[in-house]
Amino acid sequence: MVKIEAIVRPGVLEDIKDGLSKFGIHGLTVSQVMGCGLQKGRKEVYRGTEYSINLLPKVKIEIVLAAKDADGVIEVIIKAARTGEIGDGKIFITKIDNAVRIRTGEKGDAAL
Amino acid sequence: MKKRMGVIALLALMMIFILPMFAWAAEEGIDTGDTAWMLVSSAIVMLMVPGLALFYGGMVRQKNVLNTMMMSFICLGVITIQWMLWGYTLSFGSDIGKLIGGMDFFALNGVGLEPAGTIPHQLFMVFQMMFAILTPALITGAIVERMRFPAYLLFLVLWATLVYDPICHWVWGGGWLAELGALDFAGGTVVHISSGVSALVAALVLGRRRGYGTERMVPHNIPYVVIGAAILWFGWFGFNGGSALASDGLAASVFVNTQIAAGAAVMSWVIVEWLRHGKPTVLGAASGAIAGLVAITPACGFVTPMGSLAIGLVAGALCYFAVSYAKVKLGYDDSLDVFGIHGVGGMWGALATGLFSVEAGAEGLFYGNVAQVGIQAISVVATIALAAIATFVILKVVGAITKLRADDEAEVLGLDVNEHSEKAYSV
Repeated sequence: MVKIEAIVRPGVLEDIKDGLSKFGIHGLTVSQVMGCGLQKGRKEVYRGTEYSINLLPKVKIEIVLAAKDADGVIEVIIKAARTGEIGDGKIFITKIDNAVRIRTGEKGDAAL
Repeated sequence: MKKRMGVIALLALMMIFILPMFAWAAEEGIDTGDTAWMLVSSAIVMLMVPGLALFYGGMVRQKNVLNTMMMSFICLGVITIQWMLWGYTLSFGSDIGKLIGGMDFFALNGVGLEPAGTIPHQLFMVFQMMFAILTPALITGAIVERMRFPAYLLFLVLWATLVYDPICHWVWGGGWLAELGALDFAGGTVVHISSGVSALVAALVLGRRRGYGTERMVPHNIPYVVIGAAILWFGWFGFNGGSALASDGLAASVFVNTQIAAGAAVMSWVIVEWLRHGKPTVLGAASGAIAGLVAITPACGFVTPMGSLAIGLVAGALCYFAVSYAKVKLGYDDSLDVFGIHGVGGMWGALATGLFSVEAGAEGLFYGNVAQVGIQAISVVATIALAAIATFVILKVVGAITKLRADDEAEVLGLDVNEHSEKAYSV
């Protein structure tokens, strides 16, 4: 069992959701986050004073799934999120020990 | 049906001619047209106070918006009482040594419905009350996000009494500046220079906000600022137009001049900013409008539309440089640029009145009367001197009685929760 965390541009969320849905993945958690990396910030101006903003808005998608599906899902995300420009984001994969479905008490892959 | 409409129309027509005759009979010396306009003007100047609350409230951080709005709004309570009890009589009571009004109108004694000019005396009093309420509210932009509310209330009463009321008397109540021939149609010195300079002094006495210069301190809601600026602009037609004290041609010309200067200053602020930073900002447009309105305030009854255009164009660019360049260089934290806009804009307007005036007997420099600029300069310097010294002393006195500044923890958490036990926006 693995967790995929993808940090992507806010505009690509719908495409990723569509792609995952076609792939058969329906469970995911989405949060709005701020982050910085290689992408250059932008400036804001208030009454002639410039502020450089290097934290940019991103969307974080978390999916926990069976290890065998991981490569397929990563491909789906890359396909939807890649523009080729700096700022496309990153995907992190971690091992998950276990999962529990609260409603039934099922554990492991059955809980996903 | 048609016949009935005809009868109604005839009755209405009769009313139009007959009613004014009754009105004439009621109050000798009172002009109903003037009275109507001044009633409306007073009401729309009152609306400037919540307009200012929005203008300032949008510019602070989310955690301080309520405290900021409260500092303006509470003036509608505090100064209403101050003005009716002793503020009006200090400003407009019988003159004492050209410096201050006497106590004859204390608690509005003797302020009845008799004519003051062509309007009821009480109406003149309440129109002036709205000015007295708005002026100290303007100062609050310099002290937001860090001043304790009880200390502010004490400051408010003392400032209104020791700064506003005397200057108001000097200029409009028959004091020495009026006698000298200083021109201030609607409050360039009385309202804007006095509040702008006091704001700078208050910002210096209070010190900078925690994290000023390192933390990001930007407006939390620019739409509020735009709505606030729009309400202020609207209110200014009553503020300036009402200062004609009559519903006449002068009021119309004031209205026109006010609009032209505001529009011109919007454009000059936005264009200068666009050239320097590459983008025209909405906050800049709103700020430019206020700068233009401030600058035309003393001049609006004395200048031509072309004069107003020039005054507005200079005001927008000048105030832009005052807030974006001078303030940053000098390093004081006049948080919402009260000095940069009201102080600098007000001084420009007062001096520009001495340049562009076409008033018979008090023409400006451009119309051959060099002396008027000098008189205007005296009125500016006198206002700066009283406002600066008195504000400094008042703050020292208030500071000796109670702490001026919120403590560090309150400043970090925000004054809304700390001073008022409220939050503007629930999660």
